[in-house]
Amino acid sequence: MTKDILVKAIDVTKSFEAFKALDKVGMEVKRGEVACIIGPSGSGKSTFLRCINLLERMDEGAIWVNDELMGYRRDGNNLHELSDKEISRQRRRIGMVFQRFNLFPHLTAVENVMEGPIQVLGHPAAKAREEALALLARVGLGDKANHYPSELSGGQQQRVAIARAMGMQPDLILFDEPTSALDPELVSEVLDVMKDLAASGMTMIVVTHELGFARNVANTVTFMEAGKVVETGPASEVLTAPKSARTAEFIRAVHA
Amino acid sequence: MSTAETSPTTLEQKYEIAHLKLVPKRHIGRTVAAGIVLLLLAALIRAFSVGQIEWSYVSDFLFAPVILQGLVNTLVMTVAAMAIGIVLGVVVAIMRISGNPVLSWIAIGYLWLFRGAPALLQLMIWFNLALIFPTLGIPGLFEFRTVDVMTPFVAAMLGLGIQQGAYTSEVVRSGLLSVDAGQYEAARTIGMTQMKMLRRIVLPQAMRVMVPPVGNEVIGMVKLTSLASVIQFSEILHNAQVIYYANTRVLELLLVASFWYLVVVSVLSVIQQRIERYYGRGSKSIRASM
Repeated sequence: MTKDILVKAIDVTKSFEAFKALDKVGMEVKRGEVACIIGPSGSGKSTFLRCINLLERMDEGAIWVNDELMGYRRDGNNLHELSDKEISRQRRRIGMVFQRFNLFPHLTAVENVMEGPIQVLGHPAAKAREEALALLARVGLGDKANHYPSELSGGQQQRVAIARAMGMQPDLILFDEPTSALDPELVSEVLDVMKDLAASGMTMIVVTHELGFARNVANTVTFMEAGKVVETGPASEVLTAPKSARTAEFIRAVHA
Repeated sequence: MSTAETSPTTLEQKYEIAHLKLVPKRHIGRTVAAGIVLLLLAALIRAFSVGQIEWSYVSDFLFAPVILQGLVNTLVMTVAAMAIGIVLGVVVAIMRISGNPVLSWIAIGYLWLFRGAPALLQLMIWFNLALIFPTLGIPGLFEFRTVDVMTPFVAAMLGLGIQQGAYTSEVVRSGLLSVDAGQYEAARTIGMTQMKMLRRIVLPQAMRVMVPPVGNEVIGMVKLTSLASVIQFSEILHNAQVIYYANTRVLELLLVASFWYLVVVSVLSVIQQRIERYYGRGSKSIRASM
């Protein structure tokens, strides 16, 4: 595993009117690593994730993914805001899996996975279908390829969503509470797919409440509260021997 | 039936009901209501059959060339006015939600003006435009006499199409707003540009919401074109009038026109159902009926 830095965030700050959602958040994720972000709701975890792929505009700070400054182009002493088209190009390399799946309801499972490769990457339809079917098989849904999202369970929909993200062959996949909207018995099938993905060397940033997953799969864990990073470090240290009293309290509360 | 069965004496008998005969509930009110309505319908049919209607005139003129030419003109006008209406509707709806305050206010003003004034009045204004603008064009480039340009067809097409755009823009806007914000985000995260997202993800889903009301509007437009008879456009009602001014068979010719309107609307309703089913794919309620 190469250990170069894939994601670098510096002083990311974001306010929603009077509410400061992010306050100088910094982060570093190495290529091939799984980074989990934990913390109480409203702590800014999801907002930070959405700043990485420019779904939210940050007020201050900067994020680099794969050595590219997100949202801007440097030209001497000027930073030029990127156009719609250039932003789309940057987003191609960053997959995202949402809490509420957000599959395209008018497309079947396999069409959901093919849509990006065909429409955005310009792959020929036959090749895209073949790859999409292979990805669906990989997430255990080879037999559901022609089902519409409304015919699938929450766990199955989320696995299609993961396949859709993988279909773009991204450098990085962002997971925004991927199991929070699922019935309890469906959580493990999604986590298993994510574990498999992590084992294959995909770089992942996962906002989650599943501390078990964080302990077993994550390389680093970051605890956020009130828009700030409270503690960050190797998963084993943060989860078993946290330095901050607040982190320890949160971990105890989740386990209780 | 023995008395032991009608009034159970032991507990075992009380719970033993599987062998009893089931007597369905009677719908007396329903039967009475249906009877009354059928009676009224029969009276109505009788009234028409004994009324002073010369049915031979109806059948004679049903396929008369003038009537069929009027029918074609009605259909052409419907298509032309709806085409203007839908294009304007999409553009104005996008202007309205664009976030550009100037475009948004122009969209609101357009809606206020053209939805506010009666369609008939708007047709008459377009038709009489020559009274205030004797010539149209860009000075120095080209210029036309307004009376030459503003034929009944053009006046009706503009009048009907532009007022239709106001209504359709509201349908399109509600369709766009019906698409979940998560769909926009998912489309962005797979790297779609704004236009591709609208075309591939947002509009196909918005169509499901938009097709039924737009279908209604097309049907409404078929009938609204009859207003153009007032400004001498030869659509079907106008042509029926031309005939009955000559032969005085007013009601017979109005029935001929009614017949063709009903035929067109019936065909359109079937087409609308097909389109609804197509855009409803992937949604639960529609699939159950397929």
